[in-house]
Amino acid sequence: MSKEIKFNEETIALVNKIIKRYPEGKQKSALLPVLHIAQAEFDGWLSPETMEYVASLLRIKPVEVFEVASFYSMYNLKPVGKCILEVCRTSSCWSRGSEDIIKHLEKKLGIKVGETSKDGMFTIKSVECLGSCGGAPMLQCGASFHENLTLDKLDNIVENYRVEGKRKSYTDQDFKNTL
Amino acid sequence: MAKVTIDGESIEVPDGTTILQAARMIGGDNVPPAMCYHSKLKTSGGYCRTCIVKVSKGSEKDPRPMPKLVPSCRTTVMDGMEVQNNTSAEVLEARRGVVEFLLINHPLDCPVCDQAGECHLQDLGYENGAAKTRYDFPRRKFNMIDIGPNIKMHMTRCIMCFRCVKTADQITDNRVHGMLFRGDASEISTYIEKAIINDFSGNMIDVCPVGALTDKTFRFKSRVWFTKPMDAHRDCKKCSGKVALWEKGNEVLRVTSRKDKWGESEEWICNECRFDKKDIKDWVIEGPRHIDRHSVISLNHYENVVAKLKIDIAKQQKQIVDKK
Amino acid sequence: MGKKILLEHINVPGIKSLDVYRQNGGYASVEKALKTMAPDVIVEEVKKSGLRGRGGAGFPTGMKWSFLAKPEGVERYLVVNADESEPGTFKDRYLMEKIPHILLEGMITSSFALGAKTSCIYIRGEYFYVSRILEAAIEEAYAAGLLGKNILGTNFSHDIFVQVGAGAYICGEETALLESLEGKRGNPRIKPPFPAVAGLYGCPTVVNNVETIASVPYIVMNGGDDYAKIGIGRSTGTKLISASGHINKPGVYEIEMGITVEDFIYSEEYCGGILNGKKLKAVVAGGSSVPILPAELILRTEKGEPRLMSYESLSDGGFATGTMLGSGGFMVYDETTSIVKNLYTFARFYHHESCGQCSPCREGTGWMEKILHRIVEGHGKHGDTDLLWDIQRKIEGNTICPLGDAAAWPVASAIRHFRAEFEEYINHPERIKEFKHLQELVS
Repeated sequence: MSKEIKFNEETIALVNKIIKRYPEGKQKSALLPVLHIAQAEFDGWLSPETMEYVASLLRIKPVEVFEVASFYSMYNLKPVGKCILEVCRTSSCWSRGSEDIIKHLEKKLGIKVGETSKDGMFTIKSVECLGSCGGAPMLQCGASFHENLTLDKLDNIVENYRVEGKRKSYTDQDFKNTL
Repeated sequence: MAKVTIDGESIEVPDGTTILQAARMIGGDNVPPAMCYHSKLKTSGGYCRTCIVKVSKGSEKDPRPMPKLVPSCRTTVMDGMEVQNNTSAEVLEARRGVVEFLLINHPLDCPVCDQAGECHLQDLGYENGAAKTRYDFPRRKFNMIDIGPNIKMHMTRCIMCFRCVKTADQITDNRVHGMLFRGDASEISTYIEKAIINDFSGNMIDVCPVGALTDKTFRFKSRVWFTKPMDAHRDCKKCSGKVALWEKGNEVLRVTSRKDKWGESEEWICNECRFDKKDIKDWVIEGPRHIDRHSVISLNHYENVVAKLKIDIAKQQKQIVDKK
Repeated sequence: MGKKILLEHINVPGIKSLDVYRQNGGYASVEKALKTMAPDVIVEEVKKSGLRGRGGAGFPTGMKWSFLAKPEGVERYLVVNADESEPGTFKDRYLMEKIPHILLEGMITSSFALGAKTSCIYIRGEYFYVSRILEAAIEEAYAAGLLGKNILGTNFSHDIFVQVGAGAYICGEETALLESLEGKRGNPRIKPPFPAVAGLYGCPTVVNNVETIASVPYIVMNGGDDYAKIGIGRSTGTKLISASGHINKPGVYEIEMGITVEDFIYSEEYCGGILNGKKLKAVVAGGSSVPILPAELILRTEKGEPRLMSYESLSDGGFATGTMLGSGGFMVYDETTSIVKNLYTFARFYHHESCGQCSPCREGTGWMEKILHRIVEGHGKHGDTDLLWDIQRKIEGNTICPLGDAAAWPVASAIRHFRAEFEEYINHPERIKEFKHLQELVS
């Protein structure tokens, strides 16, 4: 049984703070930030129920949320692993060996790009340029950028995440205090 | 007022008129084709790029040509503007490109498509398309989704004109469908299968330029060119009640809005008129409806057939006379 | 060492913080602008400076500002484009991460010049951690009275907030960015109207790149004429270059425009030469959208003159033999690089990032990717090169926004300069893995 789709009071206060940035009646502007919060809060993905909940919070039609959530690549519309290893594969990362990084990860975790490991810990994703070409090859996990990857470094990163065992979100690092 | 010249023909139009509207006022063969623009839908147009034209002179004040081809449906005229449509090889080539793009992932299932015969994409392909495709990859597929009892959706046929989304936004009070995902994976969907139930939702069928949204009550009943369009009306509390009936014998097979010569609905009609009033006794018949389109319907339309017969007979008579 | 404007204090310990930033002359332009200058005067200075948009298009900033409509009683907005997503570009991230206050200072000063009560940084979602750095900096600025009501005791009040995107290259296009900021899909708007007339919430809006706005404090402090003296010709000032690929020292460099490309690639001050002593094969000089050039054309123009790092010199020769400065995303490829495979990564990128609104881009980008995919997989067909050429030609110029052009240009330039390599792939798929012989094919 999944937990109830509802923000706690603290998060509601945060959502209201975000809405206040925009002029009266323009609360839809808060959609992207609120979807990030919702995704972080509800198991790393946006279920139809979560999206309907966000729609009700912002007083917009559910389809407006579906339209937006399905447009942006950072929102997951299906369940994902706790750590999504997003490996950049565009030009500079490719020319500095991102294909080897992906192959190594696939072998190490026994899954293909787009799949989630059986223990639900890792999902491998290949992504387009993350603006870290100077640190190529690189991967992102949650809010963290891991740059200048080597296969050894990669092994360490994966092991550290495994030991930590926590879900990683883009919104990590004292999200609530700084927004 | 602004004077604009399109392919050598000039017209004075009110300020704010678009090039496409001006071309339609002039009429004739030089009107750019339009797939996503719809005169009754605000902010429609600009997406499909079939109506692109060349502005060879910007205006009297600033005669510089526009650097790129522009969508005529979203570009307003300026006084002294000169536009090339059919007279520009560049425009015709770019349009052929657009048509090719629109067709590469289209299933070309016209033989089983209810829209065949009144399909804007068919017309467009007929006039601007190539005989053979250069696209040799599998065509895009989507999972079928059920959007309710009245409307059948075939996403593979969609050209993403946004007309149905704008219709739902502008004439119904609760849009439940929209454009989801992005790029060539974009699809019209309700995301969670949800019936589109609204008194005016049926108008989405009429605005769809292709067979992506068709009338379930008319599904596979008849080819449109075997049906007889009649203007008819009834007293309706929800809409004007002015419709086009599509009859076969004495049977009403389909009810649609009345469309103008550009295939765009003149007035919205309600779902009751469209889906529930299929008895000829429900309607006051005004008379045969003139279909002024160069689509398959009109190609074999009796008016044309009679006209063609007349020409053929005249030719033969002339040949006989000449022989003598 | 060339003149540094943006990165002058980058290595000062603690420069991220407001205190250290102020000790190094930070926020002086806010003081000067708000207390001694009229808004129009600042716009004039920016015009005089010759500063051009640093996001890629290179449009004169002062002119963009002067287009801003100013109807009575209507809000105006400044929106900073920090959506930096052009492959090869990472300079804005570096700047915001290392010295966030320079952007805030530029925003306050620029907003005063534009009469904007609110400004916003729209930052790409993947840079979430940078958004926190900016938010912390904004908090410091509020606490110091540099933001909020009556800044530094003047009548000018201003608020800044950070909006985080969620993964969409297209939101770097200014109208798509505004749509996204309004909580919608990042679909570019059909123009006109331009944002200067109807932008965010239909209000007049200026959208500027991070680096552009961060250059404003220097101009306010030293005057537009002084700024215009830096650089060469119409390429005034300094430019941040993101250098990546097969070089010894990838990173962000601030260059005075006008240094030679050769110097930039080979000198120790910048890229430090090609990795592992290999030979240079090609460069994409301004982000993935700009034409790729083979070594001899990036180092020297067709006329044989040394190619310079400037808007004009890089575009010398047009697309036939030149390229563009673009966003300054400088990607270097050594002799072992497969140009076709590299192009495939670009084509895949543009296919992935097309918003899907208009047909040439939606359908064409996918088609090009599929053809390139079969070529690199060794299943290319005779005629594929010509087909690719024709498809890109039919996309270019026929789309709502510049993404269509951006997708077309890399394909066109790769074929223009490396056609033999495409044919090699198609005719001899069995040799694909051996890149060595490809070196001799460079036209």
